[in-house]
Amino acid sequence: MSATIDVPSAAPQASAEVRHVTQVTWKTTLVLGVVTVLYGVLLLLAPHEGDSRFALSNAGDFFTIPVVVVPAMATAWVCFVIAAIVTTASAWLTRSARRLPAWAVALAAVVLLVGFLAWAAAGSPRDLSVVGLLGGAVLLSVPIVYGALGGVLCERAGVVNIAIEGQLLAGAFTAAIVGSITDSPYVGAFAAVLAGVLVGAVLGLFTITYHVNQVIVGVVLNVLVIGLTSFLYSQLLVPQTEALNATTRFTRIGIPFLERIPVIGPVLFDQTIIVYLMVVAVAVVWFALFRTRWGLRTRAVGEHPLAADTVGIDVVRTRYRAVLWAGAVAGLGGAFYTVVSINQFGKEMTAGAGFIALAAVIFGKWNPVRAALAGLLFGFASNLQSVLSVVGSPVPSQFMLMVPYVVTILAVAGLVGRSRPPAAEGVPYVKG
Amino acid sequence: MTAGPDTEHEPTEGRWATALREIVRGRWTVSVGAVVLAILAGSIMIAFTDERVQEASVYLFARPGDTFTAIGQAVGGAYSALFRGAVYNLRAEDFAGAVRPLTQTLNYATPLIAAGLGVALAFRAGLFNIGGQGQMLMAASAAGWVGFGVDGLPFPLHLLLAIVAALAAGALWAGIAGLLKARTGAHEVIVTIMLNYVAFYLLSYMLATPGLLQAPGSSNPKTPPTPESAQLPSLLGDRFNLTWGLVLSLVAVVVVWWLLNRSSLGFAFRTVGENPRAARVAGINVPRTTVTVMLVAGALVGLAGATQVLGAVTTGFSSDIDAGIGFDAITVALLGGSNPWGVLAAGILFGAFKAGGSTMQASEGIPDEIVLVVQSLIVLFIAAPPLVRAIFRLPAPGARKRPEAAGRRRAAKAAEAADKKEVGA
Repeated sequence: MSATIDVPSAAPQASAEVRHVTQVTWKTTLVLGVVTVLYGVLLLLAPHEGDSRFALSNAGDFFTIPVVVVPAMATAWVCFVIAAIVTTASAWLTRSARRLPAWAVALAAVVLLVGFLAWAAAGSPRDLSVVGLLGGAVLLSVPIVYGALGGVLCERAGVVNIAIEGQLLAGAFTAAIVGSITDSPYVGAFAAVLAGVLVGAVLGLFTITYHVNQVIVGVVLNVLVIGLTSFLYSQLLVPQTEALNATTRFTRIGIPFLERIPVIGPVLFDQTIIVYLMVVAVAVVWFALFRTRWGLRTRAVGEHPLAADTVGIDVVRTRYRAVLWAGAVAGLGGAFYTVVSINQFGKEMTAGAGFIALAAVIFGKWNPVRAALAGLLFGFASNLQSVLSVVGSPVPSQFMLMVPYVVTILAVAGLVGRSRPPAAEGVPYVKG
Repeated sequence: MTAGPDTEHEPTEGRWATALREIVRGRWTVSVGAVVLAILAGSIMIAFTDERVQEASVYLFARPGDTFTAIGQAVGGAYSALFRGAVYNLRAEDFAGAVRPLTQTLNYATPLIAAGLGVALAFRAGLFNIGGQGQMLMAASAAGWVGFGVDGLPFPLHLLLAIVAALAAGALWAGIAGLLKARTGAHEVIVTIMLNYVAFYLLSYMLATPGLLQAPGSSNPKTPPTPESAQLPSLLGDRFNLTWGLVLSLVAVVVVWWLLNRSSLGFAFRTVGENPRAARVAGINVPRTTVTVMLVAGALVGLAGATQVLGAVTTGFSSDIDAGIGFDAITVALLGGSNPWGVLAAGILFGAFKAGGSTMQASEGIPDEIVLVVQSLIVLFIAAPPLVRAIFRLPAPGARKRPEAAGRRRAAKAAEAADKKEVGA
């Protein structure tokens, strides 16, 4: 007894055994099981005979993949069996205190999705365009991914960013006006960045300088931006649509050679500059946060501002910088609405994308890459509905529209679990 | 918090001067200052976007008077319309007509108060309930379904059943978020946002499906009207729209006040909100409290849904029955400082803005979104007292004298420190 007390050394002793503690949870199994059973019940109750046609290539690809035609119910049941096997494996592994590898969860998700698509598209004379499904998903996810990146940047520095919605909307509005006046989408997008920075600056002023509750400021800023843009839209843009609310959109820039690869070519390499910039932005934000001195300082300020201050980091300046950068990124995402998607601004046109981005931040555990993937998942789930309505799915459209949100709830409750925010998030730093 | 310097006044100072300083230092001054600032900002927006002002400003330097007259007319017209629509109509023929705007204000305030209480209660327990929209929609569906789906019940029973159904549906919808938070740690912000969308599409589906909520013989996504046996009776006679829903909201204010300040359940709520770890150490079951808070909060928001369907919109509703109240409720709760009486005051203020805003839009052609701007600015300014004090050069609480030029900086610092305490508290 006394011997161990006498050696309070930090170095591990040679004789000490390293204990491996694996935390196991039944949540993954439970969610997989529930989804698989629901899927099986759907197949049993509403069998949907016929063939499903999946179109994989576009004209202009290097080579043409023929349209894949599969018998719907057989495919659906095979997918059910695979998902059931993964679920059983998950249960067995959890019982023996081991974890299901992430790829198995992904496999189950993909398989369930393919099975569902086969079931839904059965008997339709039209081809289900895989390129359309994926390409639309990428487009729909653009503002969400930008917004989520803004959220990650801001929150890593310890400032809750509920104002993503406001930043997107301000960006969209400014891009519409400036883009219409100058007739240049580039100037419009730049103006959107400035608008996002402006909203970020107000957020910073109230939360960092005046120590107001960050959630309050975020919520109120959203209302403020909705009010301002809607008011100005009715008063200025509607009477002068030609001059102030008709932008030139970005054109698609295909990357030579790569754009002709089947499936991924049109999806990834024939997009507008805003989409390419999105990929760059994800990489840059990740690198900046985790591989640079600036990122280390920003995260330190978000986790333990007092400690950061003690070692000489200017907490206020670091937080301001992060909040302003976050505003810039989210503002650029807002430009998507008015200079990429369509060519004019509409009242409250972001329609809650900022809140979805906020969900993506939490879903992605405050990591830029994961948050971006979560954003893509949202985009995909939203696009599923429009693609299925083309082939004439038997599911009422309202339920398909619900899918992204239900998937998020399931994912947050079952697969992600407790996500830990930066420790000092929401806490104003008062230098004492 | 500033008891020290406040108690020892200088004997040479007159009583009135002291009283005046007390008033100027108080929280109310900041609130009034915030309202003034917000209205000023609104005036600037109205002036800049008014057509006559724009026309007159072309020759601003030749005849500046025209511009200022135009600005005066635009801004004055807007705010007098706001007042006429929200408080007292001087143009009305009799007294009942004159106070009608006031009852409209209370009418708009009814669901805002109830839903604001729901958000505020969750706030006090450290939970951020953004799901007001979804909870209201589910409550409205339940109330509507009991309203026109159940036949043959007499008046008070039918109404009561519909209200209970609405409260239960709201509680259930919020309870999902509470349960997931308690059992799996899923963040309530995500879950409540997602449940908003799920509720919206669920209601859309029910409205589009014959036999569920769609009015029989119609293909519009709209419900049949609420039968009279399930309607909230009017409070002041048929000339006014005001219903007993207002009374229900007021009762809810008292109940929430009692719950938070006088009951052990409320004590548990507040303790979990202040410090979940300490609550656990003190023997409070934190997960169960989380679920209970969300159930109660959802029921309160559900009351807002009930007053909408059974009182305000009895001609049948569609999926926009929530009218943005779920989100307005967040601002109401914040402005009210998450305290039931504050929520009551904030709810009435926002109700006045809603009532006045629609009159302003109808008579002056000014988009009622300006009201959103003014509302949000008020909340922002109230949340940052040092900013308001700096703009109006008000003395800080705790400063002994009106700050002289040399002492001003020190006083500002003291004010900031005091406000930090205020915000932190």
